[in-house]
Amino acid sequence: MDMINILTVFILAIFVGFEVITKVPPTLHTPLMSGSNAISGISIVGAIIATHVSGTLGTWLGLIAVIFATINVVGGFMVTDRMLKMFKRR
Amino acid sequence: MEYINLFYVTAAVLFIFGLKRLSHPRTARSGNLIAAIGMLIAIVATLVGYAHLDFRLIIIGFIVGGLIGAIFAVKVEMTAMPQMVAIFNGFGGGASALVGMAEFYTKAAPAALQAHPSYYDLTTIVLSVFVGTLTFTGSFVAFGKLQGFITGKPVVFAGQKTLNAILALLLVGFAVGTVLVPANMMWYFLAVIILSAILGVTLVIPIGGADMPVVISLLNAYSGIAAAAAGFVLLNNGLIISGALVGASGLILTNIMCKGMNRSLTNVIFGAVGLEQEGAAGAQKQMNIKSYSTEEAAMILDAAEKVIFVPGYGLAVAQAQHAVREVADYLEGKGKTVMYAIHPVAGRMPGHMNVLLAEANVPYNQLKDLDEVNPEFEDCDVAVVLGANDVVNPAARHDKSSPIYGMPILNVDKARTVLINKRTMNPGFAGIPNELFGYDNSIMVFGDAKQTLQQLLKDLKEL
Repeated sequence: MDMINILTVFILAIFVGFEVITKVPPTLHTPLMSGSNAISGISIVGAIIATHVSGTLGTWLGLIAVIFATINVVGGFMVTDRMLKMFKRR
Repeated sequence: MEYINLFYVTAAVLFIFGLKRLSHPRTARSGNLIAAIGMLIAIVATLVGYAHLDFRLIIIGFIVGGLIGAIFAVKVEMTAMPQMVAIFNGFGGGASALVGMAEFYTKAAPAALQAHPSYYDLTTIVLSVFVGTLTFTGSFVAFGKLQGFITGKPVVFAGQKTLNAILALLLVGFAVGTVLVPANMMWYFLAVIILSAILGVTLVIPIGGADMPVVISLLNAYSGIAAAAAGFVLLNNGLIISGALVGASGLILTNIMCKGMNRSLTNVIFGAVGLEQEGAAGAQKQMNIKSYSTEEAAMILDAAEKVIFVPGYGLAVAQAQHAVREVADYLEGKGKTVMYAIHPVAGRMPGHMNVLLAEANVPYNQLKDLDEVNPEFEDCDVAVVLGANDVVNPAARHDKSSPIYGMPILNVDKARTVLINKRTMNPGFAGIPNELFGYDNSIMVFGDAKQTLQQLLKDLKEL
């Protein structure tokens, strides 16, 4: 994959993001934020890959990265679910 | 290896579907679940698709991180949601920065340095480490402010902007050095990390509590951008798409929050509102304040037909969300029309009040946003202001000398009676005096929001 391709994907994804998220009503802004925050935990993929880095320093960096990203992913999705459970209509 | 990108695209599609379903309360919960499934697919694909992974480390990381995240998620009070989101943002940014650092270590560590890493590699690594580290330290400062570890007031000192400018220039210098000067690459890179960390602190520390919704939204955007940058480092589509989605979402929210305060982003970040306006023209005006007891307030509410509640940060501090719902339910039971007016920047993060009231079982169709609710005040008998201040200050409409002039506000003063609950007469977070308190149709009930509301309910029942 070359640089131009990857940049194309990036720019198109930003447009998709704008399209999808503009429609979220103010009532759901907090869950949107914590939910999208959990999605930014996708760096967990990078963290997993980083564990192949050999040598002590690289190993530690990889381990801490996995821990951080997992906190982000697990905590983010769980707390969003907890919030959304509470939204009820009458 | 090639097929793995197919799974990442699947994950990204699920993220988009999930975010789309988040646009309605009925579908939102399943949307979150769909996004979580997308994440699972991305993780499993990575574990299976990449060779030479250290599974021992990964499992330790999953267990430790998963436990910490789960405990946080289950234990946190709804009132503490802003700091929770801030800290999760920080971990996300930190993870992206660490990915960049680990990649630098493989590609540029002296032992491994057979071939000079490409300019592309170095540039993307520096970017991901810069944004990620800044997000990490900035989020922790925001967390500290929201949690009360650091003062919520703007921290300003002489030469602050100059200092930030110097830091930023140094950072750019070392970043360019890392990419272009192989001989000192290690040291320059280290300087980039340290300067990014300092800049995260110095950029967030001058921002006051009332401006926190903007900062949290912005840090949310940064955490996405950091993930995308890490994606550029690893040439990984999954990270790039997801990071871009989150970045876009954070920027939209930042924009909505800025509009809610009628301020530009630069003004929020560099304005440090809340200090320089002390002693503005309005402060000297004598106000004639009428202090009422809860009994008298109960009588006024009893005679009303239409009541609008206006919650603010004070409600969150007092944990009064259940108390207000009980009063509202009682009034509704008496046949009165009841609704809640939610200002976009009420509280400390976007949608803060909505989540609090949802926790107290307030149905979301009773929550009205600014444009929807403002016409309603015209024929409203009582507007009950609970721990909100700047967002109901009429000075924003007419007083050009007021620092909040031009900010869209809830027109509570149009109601026949405005019942204001506050702890003391102290001005709000922004330190701006509120002329509403002296209006002829305003009455004040002093006291803690929760206790006042509970007492009010008792008095209502005894009428």
